[in-house]
Amino acid sequence: MLRNHKSETIVAMILIAPFIAIYGLIFIYPTVDMFLLSFQKAPLIGDGTWVGVDNYTRLASDRRFDTAFWNTAYFVALSVVPGTFVALFISLGISRLSGRIQALVLALFFLPYILPVSVVYRIWDWTLNFQFGIAMHVFDWLGFDRIPIFKITGWFMPAVAFVTIWWTAGFSILLFLAGLRAIPVEIYEASSLDNASRWQTFRKITWPLLWPVTALVLTIQLISQLKIFDQVYLFSTGGRPNDNLVMVYYIFQRAFVNNHGGRAAAIAVVLFIIVIVVSVLNFQLMRFAGKKQ
Amino acid sequence: MNAQNVGKINFVGALITLATIFAAILWAFPIYWGIISSLKPEDEVVRPYIELWPDTLTFQHYWFALTQTQIGRWYINSIGTAVGVTFLTVTTSMFAGYAISQLNFPFRRTLYWIILASFMVPTQVLIINHFVLIANLGLLNTWAGIILPQLIHPVIIIIYKQFFDQVPKDFREAAVMDNAGEFRILFKVYMPLNWGVTTAVSIVTFIWSWNAFLWPFLAVTKTELMTITVGITQVNDAFGVYYARQLSAAVLAGFPVALAYLLFQRKVTEAITLSAGIKG
Repeated sequence: MLRNHKSETIVAMILIAPFIAIYGLIFIYPTVDMFLLSFQKAPLIGDGTWVGVDNYTRLASDRRFDTAFWNTAYFVALSVVPGTFVALFISLGISRLSGRIQALVLALFFLPYILPVSVVYRIWDWTLNFQFGIAMHVFDWLGFDRIPIFKITGWFMPAVAFVTIWWTAGFSILLFLAGLRAIPVEIYEASSLDNASRWQTFRKITWPLLWPVTALVLTIQLISQLKIFDQVYLFSTGGRPNDNLVMVYYIFQRAFVNNHGGRAAAIAVVLFIIVIVVSVLNFQLMRFAGKKQ
Repeated sequence: MNAQNVGKINFVGALITLATIFAAILWAFPIYWGIISSLKPEDEVVRPYIELWPDTLTFQHYWFALTQTQIGRWYINSIGTAVGVTFLTVTTSMFAGYAISQLNFPFRRTLYWIILASFMVPTQVLIINHFVLIANLGLLNTWAGIILPQLIHPVIIIIYKQFFDQVPKDFREAAVMDNAGEFRILFKVYMPLNWGVTTAVSIVTFIWSWNAFLWPFLAVTKTELMTITVGITQVNDAFGVYYARQLSAAVLAGFPVALAYLLFQRKVTEAITLSAGIKG
């Protein structure tokens, strides 16, 4: 038995070795490296000199950092809660359907989620095109003035949030549908016997029973929107990138445009800590809510 | 519940159903509009009114994209790197998931907790140091350079671990009794049991990798080594300001993943729901 046990350990080591190697190389090492780099005055590639917390203290008076931070917060506010509710309403609608129609309707809502961001960008850049976009025809028809949406700072974030909701709602819808399916039919039957109205049924049954799923969707959306980059970058092409900065965009700009490796790493560390803190808080909140029930 | 009440509820219900179907059509309309625009001649595309179907249906933009741009190469790069990412991620995750679930070894729980904790770490913040690492390894502008940093998908290990956990212990004990080697047990007993998971996870990983933008965008500067998601937006002179051309390239870039989804709808949604459940 002892021999067996030893061979089991060896086999286990062989099986986890590739994972450990990859994980160490592209995860642990870069994370440590990021922290070290953030305390140096260094270009993107090449040697640096230690400057202590200089890169961090400079962030306090960095206007671009300010823009990036608040834009990220603004984007989160515009996309997370509205996106979750849009997905919830759509899935309530879909859950009433059945069979082929349901599969088709779900596919129509889900399809955008499967597309690469570049394709989403092309589609919406075309749809909202100032000169020829179909949305602008609708604007004309409704009597609104046409707007070069992605060129105007005030419109940029709301528009990108709108496109992001369109792009990612399918994912949340999927989770809500799974949650709705898990609610026993008997509960609804009982409530219809009690002559409960549609709103009462939603308020007293669906909403509370679906809350764990809603919380999950909110969490996943929150954490993924903190890391937004692709859409903002693509839609900024030809626009005003410096007004539209978000955290990851600023990391990119500092590192790859300005060649400030150290300062970029400091911003990366700040975002890293924000995401970790939000995740841990979320986890604790969920656990707390779970205990209370 | 009286008859009048039933009639009223059905009316409202029918209205909601209709609204849902209408919303679904409206939701997918921009995709339809993009595809249809790519099939119109350029002068029809810029007409100042809405035409839901082209007067002249043309594939000239697709022909242009396929013959006059490097889109063919980008396709190959996307397929090559996505297959690489998928194969490496799925095999290493399966091995690690199996070991954590079925075998005893020192620091097993520690490893499991490290994997769980790494869910929280946003890979986007690592771009600088990934770039430095890949540059130092001399792998910028190579497939390996595109692939390597995309191999962090801890959620797949957990999916495998949970599935292996569900396999009754008798399976393993019986196989051990038969003196089957550990690797034989994994490949002949456990893997066949998990084909469903493996296909689902592979399809989704492929889609994730195909759709990746940020890292492939940083790792490659030579146009001939770009993946399609990067190429169609970053090589501006390839298409010029011809909307239909740009859209035809976008359709070509989205087609494989859209097709994969439509063909394997159930597998895709299953894997996505699973991974989301674990992340929560």
